[in-house]
Amino acid sequence: MDIFLQQVVNGLIIGSIYALVALGYTMVYGVMKLINFAHGDLVALSAYIGLMFYTQLIGLGVLPQPLVVVSVFVLTAIVAAAVALLVERVAYRPLRNAPRLSAVVSALGASMMIQNGIMLIWGPNITIFPSDILPAVSWTIYGITITFVQAAMIIITLVLMISLTLFINYTKMGTAIRASAINQDVAKLMGINVNMIIMIIFIVGAVLGSVGGLFIGMYYRGISFNLGWVYGLNAFIAAILGGIGNIPGSMVGGYMLGLFTALIAGYVSSSWAEAFTFILLILILIVRPTGILGERVAEKV
Amino acid sequence: MAEKLLEVKDLFVNYGSIQAIKGIDFEVNKGEIVSILGANGAGKSTTLRTISGLIKPKAGQILYKDVDLAKMPAHKIVREGVSHSPEGRQVFGTLTVEENIRIGAFVKPSVDKDTLDWIYNLFPRLLERRKQLAGTLSGGEQQMLAISRALMAKPQLLLLDEPSLGIAPILVKMIFTAIKEISKTGVTVLLVEQNAKAALKLADRGYVLDVGKVTIAGSATDLLNDPKVQEAYLGKKK
Repeated sequence: MDIFLQQVVNGLIIGSIYALVALGYTMVYGVMKLINFAHGDLVALSAYIGLMFYTQLIGLGVLPQPLVVVSVFVLTAIVAAAVALLVERVAYRPLRNAPRLSAVVSALGASMMIQNGIMLIWGPNITIFPSDILPAVSWTIYGITITFVQAAMIIITLVLMISLTLFINYTKMGTAIRASAINQDVAKLMGINVNMIIMIIFIVGAVLGSVGGLFIGMYYRGISFNLGWVYGLNAFIAAILGGIGNIPGSMVGGYMLGLFTALIAGYVSSSWAEAFTFILLILILIVRPTGILGERVAEKV
Repeated sequence: MAEKLLEVKDLFVNYGSIQAIKGIDFEVNKGEIVSILGANGAGKSTTLRTISGLIKPKAGQILYKDVDLAKMPAHKIVREGVSHSPEGRQVFGTLTVEENIRIGAFVKPSVDKDTLDWIYNLFPRLLERRKQLAGTLSGGEQQMLAISRALMAKPQLLLLDEPSLGIAPILVKMIFTAIKEISKTGVTVLLVEQNAKAALKLADRGYVLDVGKVTIAGSATDLLNDPKVQEAYLGKKK
C-alpha cells in the first residue's frame, strides 16, 4: 500500500509536468491544427534559461531567495514567450495557407534549431541544477513522503490550470480563442484578429511550458539538450490521450499518463515504462481515437 | 437623391485559378434592402465574402462611406460597421447560444443590453435556448442565431447570405419578417438569395448575377415583372 500511495504522489508530480507541457501542444493544435514540434524544445530551453537567470541572480546577491525563485519563473516565462512568438512568426506564419505537411516539416526544423542551439550554447553533457533552489523540507503523511518541491509543483500546476480554465471559459478573450478554434473565418467576421489570438495561444503555451521546464530542472536536477524530445513526446501522448485540441483533456491526459507511468515503474520496472506508455497510446487510439475527452469528429455540413 | 452607403466598382475576384467575379458594379443606398439573386455558382457568396474581407479582390473598389474596404483585413471591416451573416449559418457549434451572441459584440467594449433585449425580442426562441449549445439548434434557429450574432456589432450594413437555405418554410417566413423589422430600425441590408420570390418581395432593389456578371438590375417590382427573371428564377413559364 505504501508503494502504491508513494507512486501515486510520484505520478501526480510527473503528471503535472506532462499536463503543463501538453496544454501548449493542445492549444496550438486547437486553433491552428498544427503540431508544434518545437514546443518540447522550448520547454528544454526554458530549463537552461531559468538556470542561467538563477545563477546570475544568486551571483548578484541582492534579492532574498524566495524573490530570486519568483523572478526566475517570471523572467524565464518572458523569454520563453518571446522565443515562441519568434518561432510562430518565422516558422509557421509564412506557411499559414500552405499544405499541412509543409508546416509539419517547418515545425520539425524549428525543433532541431532550438535543440541544436541549446547544445551549441550549453554543450552536449548533462547540466546540473543546484539542489538548494527550494528549501529541502519534506513532510511524511500516512507513510508517504512529500518534499517541498513536490508540493510546490502540484499546487502551482493546479493554480495555473484553474486560471487557464477560467480564462478560456469566462473571459471575452477566452471565448474569442474558442471561437477561433471552431472557425477562423467566422471569427474574423466577429472582428476577432485571428493573428493576435494565435500569438496569445503561443504565449500562454510557452508560459505553461516554461514552468514545466523549470520543474523538470528543479525536480530531476539533471537536464540535457534533448530533454525536449523525451518530455515533449510524453506530453504529446498525454494530449492525444485526453483528446488533442481539448484543454481539460490535456489536463486529464497528463495526470493519467503520469500516474500510469509511475505505477508501471513501481510495480513492473521503470525501464518498461515507455513501452507501456506506447501500448496505452495504441489501445486508446483503437478504442477511442478522439481521446478521452475528445469531441466526436463530425463532418461540417 | 439617396445617400450611397456602399459602392462596388469594377470588382474582379479570383478563386484559385477560377474567375469568380468578372467586373461587377453595384451600389446600396442608406436604409435600403438590396437583393442579389442568381443560381448556384453565380458568385453571390463570393461577392459578400469579398465585401467583408474574407477574400481579397483581384481588382476594383469596394467603397463604404468613401473608405475602400478592398485592402482592409476582415476583422477591421466589422469595426467600420459592416456585419456578415455567412452562408450555411456557421454558428460556433460548441459554444452556447448566449456565447455566440456575446462574441458578436466582440468589437464593442461591452455587450449592449438594449441590443440584446431587442434581439431576444426579435427571436424569442433564442432566449429560451440561450444556455444550449448552438450546434444542438435546428437549422432555422441557427439562422436566427447567425443573424443575431451579426447584429450585436450594431452594424450599419448587414450582409445576409442565403438566410432561407435549408430551412423549414414556417421559419423562413419568421426570418424574413425579422429582416424587415431589422431594416426598419435603419440598418441597411444586402441580401443574397436563391429564393428570388421571397427576396424580391422584401427588397427595394435587386441585381441578378450570372456567372460572375451583373445581367439585370432594377427595382424589386421591375425584377418581379421581368420575363427573364420570371423564367429563370421564379419558375414561371413564358
